[in-house]
Amino acid sequence: MLKRFSLEPSRIALNIAVLIIIALWTFPTAGLLISSLRDKNDIAASGWWTALSSADVAKKGRLKDKVDQVEKDGKFTISGNVFEGADGVSGKVSAFGTKVQAPGGNPAGTVATLDNGQTLVVNVDGSYVLTSPTKFTDEDSGGRVFYIASQPPRFTLENYQTVLFSEGIGRSFINSLTVTIPATIIPILIAAFAAYALAWMKLPFRGLIIAIIVGLLVVPLQMSLIPLLKLYNAAGTFMGVPSKTYLGVWLAHTGFGLPFAIYLLRSYIAGLPKDLIESAQIDGANDFKIFRRVVLPLCFPALASFAIFQFLWVWNDLLVAIVFLGSGPDQLVLTGKLNALLGSRGGNWEILTASAFVTIIVPLTVFFSLQRYFVRGLLAGSVKGG
Amino acid sequence: MIAQVLYAFFTVVLGVGGCFGYFYGSNWLLDRTFPANANNDASAVRNLRVQANIRPWLFLGPALLLLSVYLIFPVIQTVWLSFHDRAGDQFVGLANYKWAFYDDQFRLSIFNNILWLAVVPALCTLMGLIIAVLTDRLWWGNLAKSLIFMPLAISFVGASVIWKFVYDYRGAGQQQIGILNAIVTYFGGDPQVWISLPFWNNFFLMAILVWIQTGFATVILAAALRGIPEDTLEAANIDGAGPFKIFYRIMVPQIYSTILVVWTTITVLVLKIFDIVLTMTNSQWNTSVLANLMFDWMFRGGGDFGRGAAIAIVIMVAVLPIMIWNIRQANNEQKGH
Repeated sequence: MLKRFSLEPSRIALNIAVLIIIALWTFPTAGLLISSLRDKNDIAASGWWTALSSADVAKKGRLKDKVDQVEKDGKFTISGNVFEGADGVSGKVSAFGTKVQAPGGNPAGTVATLDNGQTLVVNVDGSYVLTSPTKFTDEDSGGRVFYIASQPPRFTLENYQTVLFSEGIGRSFINSLTVTIPATIIPILIAAFAAYALAWMKLPFRGLIIAIIVGLLVVPLQMSLIPLLKLYNAAGTFMGVPSKTYLGVWLAHTGFGLPFAIYLLRSYIAGLPKDLIESAQIDGANDFKIFRRVVLPLCFPALASFAIFQFLWVWNDLLVAIVFLGSGPDQLVLTGKLNALLGSRGGNWEILTASAFVTIIVPLTVFFSLQRYFVRGLLAGSVKGG
Repeated sequence: MIAQVLYAFFTVVLGVGGCFGYFYGSNWLLDRTFPANANNDASAVRNLRVQANIRPWLFLGPALLLLSVYLIFPVIQTVWLSFHDRAGDQFVGLANYKWAFYDDQFRLSIFNNILWLAVVPALCTLMGLIIAVLTDRLWWGNLAKSLIFMPLAISFVGASVIWKFVYDYRGAGQQQIGILNAIVTYFGGDPQVWISLPFWNNFFLMAILVWIQTGFATVILAAALRGIPEDTLEAANIDGAGPFKIFYRIMVPQIYSTILVVWTTITVLVLKIFDIVLTMTNSQWNTSVLANLMFDWMFRGGGDFGRGAAIAIVIMVAVLPIMIWNIRQANNEQKGH
């Protein structure tokens, strides 16, 4: 808004300032993503910020045997490439040597003179030529060579394979979906019907019911846990079923999400034009029909806002899931699994980073594709108790 | 794996289908029992009236039932439990509250909660305000805001893993793979175990919440900044006010009520903070906060529902006035439009 008043140097400073803030904000997530794609030895050996540049690694190899020697102009040579047979290693040689004490004593491309009068050249691409004035024998061929190779960045999906299929993250992912999808759809349906009734239908105590629902926005989630846990245990024993079930967690999320959902949807539905509802009534439609045919399509934006809000809330929830669901592999959700991994695999960053990224990829996708609705829900949602 | 997917799919269909089934079924039943197109007019009119009396409760029924079971009943029950002993059998009066008042761990949790309250909402709002003002003047401001906003979509647990990696510690002399220790050692400092540093570790946990919530503050404040009339800013500029003066004298007063809403919303969130402490330190090294203390009393060491409930009431009492204020604010705003 102040575009036209600002001076050039201040604009540059402004751009730099914002860039720095963004770097600060995205760096932690970038570290997670990059690390999750790195080899597990690399993660433990160097910081993730070095992963994008080439890394210098000290390597050793063995030169070829005397059988490969070639005689030329009275000299004997053995040529080859240090990268042959060294699996997984490629890149550029920056220096080489023949002694373990000085693995990078000679820059690549220069001639190194060995003790017995032989000379060795290792080029940048890894090719080498070992030259001797005399014929190679068993003793003076097939020696060791040390070199510093600068390796291009290496990335792998191996960590994802591990966490998805052998660490149980894949299973937890499905559990999370099993919890989240109904726990998003059920409250929308229930809240939309209730919101319509509270906005447009004649019923006694309407004002009182609305006031109570708004009042329930203030109840912190923690208040409900102990009584509900006791209730679930009692109900489980009474009916002879386990107390920790998906149905239980859906209903819990629905109950906790309802005040906000009704509050949000009621104000939206109450704002619809009165003529619209009345003309439908005159046409002889009953309220169920009006709700389905007229109101529901019109309040799509509000429904979408709430759906995204509730989806992210349920997907990211840890507390409700660990209280109302079991910790077995058939019920443990992603957040709970990740929390368990933090305890059991504390130092295995290849497992943790890949697992964390699997858990955050869904909300990030939802966020980036439906950001508009998310922001709208957020503006309305500053009153959510939860 | 396949069986699990099928099972998940089946339960999803069952849960959602059951819900649809209720609304369609109950309304169908109502229309059938009291048909609007009955043989004679008198009974049709009577049926319509019956329908109009019953239908709202069909619509509201599930919501009222769930709200009663999941919110109204628990609130009453928690209050009741907080006056009873660990199993909820014996009335003990105010003993649980008295215990809390003298308990070291409770005092520590309150102290930490206050520390969080003093730092996080202020820092988030301030950062959010600065970023909102700065990005407002950039052509790529929306992209910048998206990136700042992004952590808000990440779960607290996911964020904790991200930051645990930032704070990772290796012994002195080893290659540091946590970026914070790498920076510290680069400038010649000694690597630290950040999350177990007494007292200061609280701030390293708070950084995570600030990282998450600043985006929220930014987006809401940016929307409010847009609402300031262009004329006002232009007039101030013509009068010779510099950018800082415009910021303090015009922008901040104009969006003052929004700043307060952002502040209080984050305050409520901070009062209930749980996940970050659980995953980062599990309340060790003096980082416990109220919600984690309550969780510990509920589920660890056999559980003491009375004490847990008393702590829940304390959280409730702290949250209550702020939420009431927030809702009134939101309602006023709705009336204003």
